[in-house]
Amino acid sequence: MRLLVLPILVPLGTAAVLMLAPTRPVPQRWISLAGSVLLLASALLIFFRVNEAGVQVLQIGGWPAPFGITLVADLLAGILVVAVGVVGTAISGAAFSGVDPRREAFGYHPLLQILLMGVAGAFLTGDLFNLYVWFEVMLVASFVLMALNRTRPQMEAAFKYVTINLIASSIFLTALGLLYGATGTLNMAELARVWPTVGTPGVHGVLAVLFLIAFSIKAGLFPLFFWLPASYHTPPAAIGAVFAGLLTKVGVYALIRIFTLLFYDESPAIFTLLLAMSAATMVIGLVAALNERDFRRVLSFNLVGHIGYTTASLSLLTPAALAGAIFYVIHHIVVITNLYLISGVMLRLRRTTDLAGLGGLYRDHPLVAALAMIPIFSLAGVPPLSGFLGKLAIVEGTFAAGAHWVGGLVLAVGLLTLLSMARTWSDSFWTPAAEAHDLASPGAPLLAAIAALSLVTLAMTFGAQPLFELASRGAQQLLQRDEYIRAVLGGAR
Amino acid sequence: MELLLAVASAVLYAAGIYLMLRRRLVQLIIGLGLLSNGTNLLIFTAGGLTRARPPVVPEGASVLEPPYADPVPQALVLTAIVIGFGLLAFSLVLAHRVHGIAGSDDVDDVGRDR
Repeated sequence: MRLLVLPILVPLGTAAVLMLAPTRPVPQRWISLAGSVLLLASALLIFFRVNEAGVQVLQIGGWPAPFGITLVADLLAGILVVAVGVVGTAISGAAFSGVDPRREAFGYHPLLQILLMGVAGAFLTGDLFNLYVWFEVMLVASFVLMALNRTRPQMEAAFKYVTINLIASSIFLTALGLLYGATGTLNMAELARVWPTVGTPGVHGVLAVLFLIAFSIKAGLFPLFFWLPASYHTPPAAIGAVFAGLLTKVGVYALIRIFTLLFYDESPAIFTLLLAMSAATMVIGLVAALNERDFRRVLSFNLVGHIGYTTASLSLLTPAALAGAIFYVIHHIVVITNLYLISGVMLRLRRTTDLAGLGGLYRDHPLVAALAMIPIFSLAGVPPLSGFLGKLAIVEGTFAAGAHWVGGLVLAVGLLTLLSMARTWSDSFWTPAAEAHDLASPGAPLLAAIAALSLVTLAMTFGAQPLFELASRGAQQLLQRDEYIRAVLGGAR
Repeated sequence: MELLLAVASAVLYAAGIYLMLRRRLVQLIIGLGLLSNGTNLLIFTAGGLTRARPPVVPEGASVLEPPYADPVPQALVLTAIVIGFGLLAFSLVLAHRVHGIAGSDDVDDVGRDR
């Protein structure tokens, strides 16, 4: 299906137009928003097609798999590309008031589009080396976005971020070289076909661990997450939000893909390792979140902790747990992006995100409070919002798989999340403000973006049944593999 | 030949990691460069080495004779070199900026307030 190339071409074209267009803010913002809306539309087209007709494949340049580069969209990739479109549209909208003019003049808008292209490409590609290239596209754009300001904390954060990500890329590339040496192909479907017949258990184990390390750094799993809270709180909201929403999820997606396609019948030790890392990530992330007093740092640690939910479900590798993981990833993308945008509103209203300096927002800005309530309590897992449903699905999945302690841990960590979010809510919205503030404007576009994302969360809450069925079908597709392999290698065009 | 290249790649990895564990920004960047070159050499070696047999179909024949050099690892390495070069250039500029702001090329000084 030719449409598959659109989520890559649309942002690329938009970025090219943005670089040629005048650097004044107004045309840049509108072109960027139009590009993101187009991206969302093309993602929806692909998604409905995949939903109706099964896995869609495009052999680039007409080279049949496994010789050329293949683009593949199964249900998981389809849903995630839609999520990229949603986040991209919200961020482009928020950028009307969420970015400072200096960053806009130095290429914020084209870089955002390149970032979206990298993420969409990573979700759609069916070739592991191509996945590496999309990782790099995404990383280079994020490096520049991170370093677009010369303040000291931001440079410090950017340097840590760049270094750790370059190391992760080197490890990924090493794994790719060894994988090619062992199998002679990097096409994912072909790999899935030949993998059980080649190599020794030793080679399999080494490759599984190398991929696990490389993708865990990207996803932010314990003990490799330390770079994330050290950097994500420094850039402005419209940059932090897209990082938090999409970048770690690419790591999670890569873990899901590689573990369901290649390493599914590897020795249980690797899954125990993944499970232990996920459990530690959950606990340490949320305990650290409780220790923080700055809203954006609280969010960073919550982001880390909740990644653990999805990877813990992945490590069980049962359809129910995996469906829970997919549902949770989608919920989390929307909610965490929204919360970072809310931190931008706080920064505009109070010039700080330190919880001690906030307070009284509920009385001064009831509309902001009403909008912020939805993502804050959705992340906390308060019924009936989507976070509660996601956690419920994960807990049910872990219990069904017999891993009761994981389910118990998920519940305990859920309590910590509730505590962390309830404290944030009461400190920043309910507690009377320490000093009187002049009523600054929160910025209508930023609020509109937050309202849109909150509506998406509500839609996911009320449409949870069909969404969960979708996640279940996506999980089935991942675990059965046949449809994926047949679609790529069977000459389907 | 494989052994020689494997050892060379191992030395590059070791030197790269050693340099990255040093505290100076410049050494860290040189370390990153060595690491990425070690990786490139590894891809090249792991893909299999075939001497003096280019993957070109000879005149009159329609298929390749089996012992030929696999072009795919070379294409992969070429891509990786280009990406690695770009990233190295970017991190050099970033280190220059960090040095300008922190006034020191000690990694520990970057985060510390003067």
